This record gives sequence, C-alpha cells and structure tokens, in this order.
Amino acid sequence: MKAIQITSDRLNVKACAETVACEGAGGIVVFAGTVRNATLGKAVLRLHFEAYEKMALKEMQKIADESTKRWGLHHIVVHHRTGTVPIGEEAVVIACSSAHRKEAFQACEYAIDQLKKTVPIWKKEVFEDGAVWVSAHP
Amino acid sequence: MYIEIIAFGIAKDILGSKRVNLSLDEADTVGIARQKLMEQYPRFKTLASLQLAVNAEYVTDDHLLQENDEVVIIPPVSGG
Repeated sequence: MKAIQITSDRLNVKACAETVACEGAGGIVVFAGTVRNATLGKAVLRLHFEAYEKMALKEMQKIADESTKRWGLHHIVVHHRTGTVPIGEEAVVIACSSAHRKEAFQACEYAIDQLKKTVPIWKKEVFEDGAVWVSAHP
Repeated sequence: MYIEIIAFGIAKDILGSKRVNLSLDEADTVGIARQKLMEQYPRFKTLASLQLAVNAEYVTDDHLLQENDEVVIIPPVSGG
C-alpha cells in the first residue's frame, strides 16, 4: 500500500493501520475523518471532494515528511478520498506509528490539522436544497 | 502573453469553466495575475482567500509568471 494516496475508491482504515505496524512500534494512532450527516443543524446528504491531485500529493508528502521528522515516527500513511463520499464513510485516513504513544498522537493531530490548511482538496456539502463549497466564503 | 489558468472547486464555478486564458504582460507577477482575475471575475473578491499555485507549488505574490507555467487557482481549501 502506498503511504500517500488520493483515490476515488473507499478507504480502508484497517489496511492503513496494518501498513504502519512494525515491531519497533509501541503505539499506532489512526485518525479517520468521516462524513457527518449534518452541518450547523442542517441535514447533509453526502459530500463531494475534488483535488488538484498532483499538488495535493506533494503537499501530503510534505506533511508526512515533517511529521516523521518532528516526532520520529516509524511510519505514516495519509490517504484522501475524492468524488462522492456517502454519510458515514471515510474521507481521510491518517495512521502513525511510533515507539511511544505520545508521539503518534501528536503527529496524527498535526498531520490532519496541516492537511486541512495546505492540501489543495475541496469539499462540497450537498443538502436537500442545494450544495455549498465548504469554507469558501468568510 | 496568455497564460492558461486552471480552476478547481468554487473557482471553477466562478469562471464558468475548468480553464481560461488570462492575458498578461511579460514580467507580470502572481500578484498581478490574481488582481486581474478579481477584476474580470468580481465574485473572486467574495472568497475568504485566493491563491495561485505555479507548477504545483505555493508561491509568493512577487513570483514571475512564464508562458508555460501551470497556474492553478486555489480557493480556500477544505479537505479532510
């Protein structure tokens, strides 16, 4: 399995966790970002993701490299899904392994926070009465 | 010179297409290109932010554009 990946297929949380597993790891932290059925009290039907894939992969790699360097990770996997993602399914999965749990927790939180800031991927929320690109407007 | 601008997300909706050609002068910067886009498509002014990526990298406003650059409009990102 590739460490950094953008795919329109369903993400596999278990496979991501298994990919970062190793004998030197004392902890594996996995973050799965899933599609919620409501935003600000309004029902969401599904999400649609679009990526500038070439650049998104580069930015995801930068995050993986920085996380590995700062927290001395053994392994990290960053996968993002594109296209239509139904309620309850994963849009993003990040898995980190390290010798001790604290590093894996911190690196995983850093990685998802950074991904939301720098990776050129866009999310559209689809409602009963229309659709909105998330965060586009102040 | 003309530079092809590629759009994603809400930027594609604002342009009304995936790609447009933007007329620029030699030695125009990314900052100037963004300004021209905002003048031609005023809805860009309503966005929380608007960046241009050149050859799949974030660049600063003083970055000089060249004819064969891959220029992509980056509206506020919302992955994850």
